[in-house]
Amino acid sequence: MYKLLLCWRYLRTRWIALASIVSVTLGVATMIVVNAVMDGFTTEMQDRIHGILSDVVVESRNMEGFYDPDWHLARIREVAGDRIEAATVTVTVPALLNFQYRGTTVTRPVQLIGIDEAAGGMASEFAKYLQHSDNRRQMSFALHESGYDVADPTGGAEALVRPQLADAGWTHRRRWGSLFNHQRYVEEQQQKLDQQQLEPRQTVEPPPMQAPPAQPGETPSTDGSENFGTPEGTPGGSAADGAPADSQSEADAPPGAQVTAAEPAAATAQATAEPAADPFGAPAAAPHRFDPESEQATGCILGMGLSSYRVENGREHFLVVPGDDIKLTFPTVGQPPRAISDVFTIVDFYQSKMSEYDQSFVFVPLRKLQELRGMIEPRTGVGFASSIQIKLKNEADGDLVRDTLQATFPPELYVISTWRDKQGPLLAAVAMETAILNVLLFMIIAVAGFGILAIFFMIVVEKTRDIGILKSLGASGRGVLGIFLGYGLSLGIVGSGVGMIIGLLFVVYINEIAAGLGRVTGREVFDPQIYYFSRIPTIIEPLTVGWIVLGAIAIAVMASVLPARRASRLHPVEALRYE
Amino acid sequence: MNKKHATISRPHLSLDAPSSSGEAVGVALAPRGEGAIGRERRPSSDVHLAAINLHKTYHKGRTAIPVLRGADVKVRRGELLAIVGQSGSGKTTLLHLMGLLDAPASGEVRFGGNRVDNLPSRQRDRIRNGKISMIFQFYHLLPELTTLENVLSPRMIRDGVLSYMRHRRQHRADAAHLVELVGLKHRVDHRPRELSGGEMQRAAIARALVNQPEVLLADEPTGNLDRGTGNEILKLLRTLNRQEGLTIVMVTHDDSIAAQADRIVRLADGRVVAA
Ligand SMILES: Nc1ncnc2c1ncn2[C@@H]1O[C@H](COP(=O)(O)OP(=O)(O)O)[C@@H](O)[C@H]1O
Ligand SMILES: [Mg+2]
Repeated sequence: MYKLLLCWRYLRTRWIALASIVSVTLGVATMIVVNAVMDGFTTEMQDRIHGILSDVVVESRNMEGFYDPDWHLARIREVAGDRIEAATVTVTVPALLNFQYRGTTVTRPVQLIGIDEAAGGMASEFAKYLQHSDNRRQMSFALHESGYDVADPTGGAEALVRPQLADAGWTHRRRWGSLFNHQRYVEEQQQKLDQQQLEPRQTVEPPPMQAPPAQPGETPSTDGSENFGTPEGTPGGSAADGAPADSQSEADAPPGAQVTAAEPAAATAQATAEPAADPFGAPAAAPHRFDPESEQATGCILGMGLSSYRVENGREHFLVVPGDDIKLTFPTVGQPPRAISDVFTIVDFYQSKMSEYDQSFVFVPLRKLQELRGMIEPRTGVGFASSIQIKLKNEADGDLVRDTLQATFPPELYVISTWRDKQGPLLAAVAMETAILNVLLFMIIAVAGFGILAIFFMIVVEKTRDIGILKSLGASGRGVLGIFLGYGLSLGIVGSGVGMIIGLLFVVYINEIAAGLGRVTGREVFDPQIYYFSRIPTIIEPLTVGWIVLGAIAIAVMASVLPARRASRLHPVEALRYE
Repeated sequence: MNKKHATISRPHLSLDAPSSSGEAVGVALAPRGEGAIGRERRPSSDVHLAAINLHKTYHKGRTAIPVLRGADVKVRRGELLAIVGQSGSGKTTLLHLMGLLDAPASGEVRFGGNRVDNLPSRQRDRIRNGKISMIFQFYHLLPELTTLENVLSPRMIRDGVLSYMRHRRQHRADAAHLVELVGLKHRVDHRPRELSGGEMQRAAIARALVNQPEVLLADEPTGNLDRGTGNEILKLLRTLNRQEGLTIVMVTHDDSIAAQADRIVRLADGRVVAA
């Protein structure tokens, strides 16, 4: 009983001891904050990574991909079907994206991914990150009339507002489409007049349909017609009618329209479907004039980071919006590979908030990409694919499925990886960082332990006479030991308890604190531009908090063992005579 | 200890607490003067506490300082014995040995006829806690505790948390009673540093009595007090001895204080001689 009372009294009267555990308190608080933030970051990042990456990916080792993806799908279902929820075929190829923005060409390297619209895209949470609510339900490469989210759909209450997306979709496309058509009409009239002047003898007028592809179409044949001579054969001449000169002049023309597509006249969407007779043949087939006012090119989904940049206040400024056309250039699978280009219409954006992905991924329809790259065998129609994305059933173990598949598909030809494998280095780096921080912070607490040790020795010396008194009153050595161990324990509990409260409060109000610090220092502490987080993500793991607190208490108790033993062994007579 | 003496000593303590129920719950000493008149006791002849041929040597570096060289004291039950001697003659050392705070180099300490100096430390702790208690020249109160808590501390040491809490009220009542008995009722919740020397010694006496000891060893209890206050303390000890039959051994170097004792022995050259 006296132990409790004395512990309590010492706790209340020895403020110096409380000072010695301030470092324990701070250490505990810091450790809780660091772990919560690191956990939050890791989980958030894993969610985002996993949102785009499928659970397991079977990839081909070469650029051409593997033949007959359907056979592969069947084989995969055969060996691991019971654990697989969905599997889709994709083609991945590095590509160049370019589009016109206010008269200059913007070019970006991208990762082009052909996905199967019917199979729902990526066999992952991919659709969740699209900006049109219909696409989030059922992904489609058709341009929507309007209705793209103006507020970041994953942003929560403080979501970013994107006023530029208000009229994205057909509304936007029709506006610049009509301007374009008008411009085209003016140019055609101009050419007609020029021709009449140059060839006054010629009485037969070329049909107006043929005129535009004839003249500007020939000029860029280096970039257009040659590249389009894929095995399947695209009618090059008609396809490559979009001349750079054309787009250049057109870009200057409508100053009001902030966005103009590079070569919207490239009507490849329809052209490719036509049978190839002669790549350089005359435009024999009835040429279809692509009308951007009412038609869209092949749809594509662009990463948010490719279409916009951040301006001062954290807002985005969009260079292109859904409804605009862009051009993608990528290699064919032939030997040697050649570069081919095609025009695509942006039908949606996606934003996983993993800037690595948002700034590099472009999704297009799988079949279209296969055709353009020459990945379809013309006679059988069987294609090549570069990877198969597999979504597992909830409880299935990704590593197990990977190993099963590895046994089936020879590793010389296939790379099979889980999403964790793919992001292994990143996740491992974060885990390593957390571990090092934890070790360092725990060392701080351990150093604090030595502080407690020193102060406890001081207190024992100071209390020597009291220890003698207690012994003269019949207290045993163990009892005295208990007083000081209990004192260390209660100091540890108080210190780490206060630390825990401070730490938890800090975690709960971390965003407010960051904002406040930003105001005081004039610099944004947590720049959402870099991290893509609108708020600092935190996760409080009760187990981690428990271990931290227990560890700190253990250190405090351990630090009090030596002084307590010394106190318990004090000779009562010496202690009583101590002045 | 032996039952015979327990039956002898018990009647001197008035059982005035209505709820008192046996050993664990203490028996409170009657307030001074209340119903105790005429119950004055004379010391009996049987030996209560005895030091037999005690030797004690301190070592300072390589030089040995022999303090006790065959000291013999026999304290009779119920007597007030004064040990006198010059400063540094070893009085405190002798008292510490008799109070089982220290172990003699040779010789024996007997309590109620049994040898106690060689008992295991746990049993010696219990004797110190409940049978032989001490008061000191410098009072030795615990500075963090109030008067009442200081008085209660031997009870707290005796009982575990649970049994202490169970009889908490009884303990507090006993302690409050003792505090009143020594005349400190108005200082119950004061810390030692707020008390005068005399008050501190009174509190120390109350603390020494709370577990109903049989023997009280007092090491120069008036040594730090002015004559008047010292005399009051002495009167209190005298009363306890007379009315409650408490055996008291008092060490002093002041012959006028010693003169009030039943018997005086002198410590000189490490031996005890009759004075
Ligand atoms: N711990 C010790 N170490 C060395 N000498 C001691 C120690 N304690 C007491 N002494 C010596 O023993 C002698 C007796 O001391 P003490 O018993 O306190 O005498 P008294 O109480 O009669 O004044 C003194 O000379 C003192 O210096
Ligand atoms: Mg002395």
